[in-house]
Amino acid sequence: MLLRKPDLACQQAVELVTDYLDGNLSRSDRRRFERHLSVCPHCTEYLAQIRAIVELAGRAEPDDLTPQAQDEITDLFRRWQADPEQRS
Amino acid sequence: MIVRTLPRMPDDGELVERLRAGDEQAFVVLVGRYQPSMLRLARTFVPNAMVAEEVVQDSWLGVLRGIDRFEGRAPLKAWIFQIVVNRARSTGVREHRGAPDLGGTITVDPARFDSSGQWIAPPQHWSDRVVDRLFAEKAADRIHAALEELPPAQQQVVTLRDVEGLTSTVVCDVLQITEANQRVLLHRGRARLRQILEAEFGKL
Repeated sequence: MLLRKPDLACQQAVELVTDYLDGNLSRSDRRRFERHLSVCPHCTEYLAQIRAIVELAGRAEPDDLTPQAQDEITDLFRRWQADPEQRS
Repeated sequence: MIVRTLPRMPDDGELVERLRAGDEQAFVVLVGRYQPSMLRLARTFVPNAMVAEEVVQDSWLGVLRGIDRFEGRAPLKAWIFQIVVNRARSTGVREHRGAPDLGGTITVDPARFDSSGQWIAPPQHWSDRVVDRLFAEKAADRIHAALEELPPAQQQVVTLRDVEGLTSTVVCDVLQITEANQRVLLHRGRARLRQILEAEFGKL
């Protein structure tokens, strides 16, 4: 007889979220996790929140360089080019 | 219908070739593309923004000096970040030496579960609100601010994984940490961001 692992408690489920999203759970643990989600709206929401955070964190603020930073960097490049010693 | 062609952005591979040939414009484009991320990353290692800027300047010099040796096995961005991490580590005072600081944040306060591990104080539901553009913008701003409140090691991993979108393997390479540490740091860091957001969610 195959023993089915006991159902997950919510407290265990939230600890699996990162591994679940990265595809690091074994097949049986993934099934167990998904089975838990199918009956637990709160853990489903927890997972959705973590997903939302990952997605929102990736919305980079467009950060333009200041003209001063631009000048400094151009200067850095020209000094590097002018000095063959710096080229290794 | 009028179709407008957007100005073509050269990809990293092309910029590397042009930089090797001494093309200043290619360098300017690269700096525009990666400097903000480099500053964010450097800032997680060093005490203030001024030192972070020095680290980044120094890193660009490292990029110029090393570009002939860049082999393209990892993405250019990861290679550049590795240079930043190395420079920042040799300057930084924020980092603890020795064992990596995993940052002792718990995922969810145990008091929110009953003795059988079921929620007694479940999370307030907000994830469906991210379809609202205004809510999403505020939440994204709050997440970026909250990142700075994380312990440095968590901040580094979450920034590289979630803000920069690098894979776990590349992040381990860039930060020179093990896969296991990466997982713990990411898990705790994201959980901490969620806690911070939850505490302020009513104001968003």
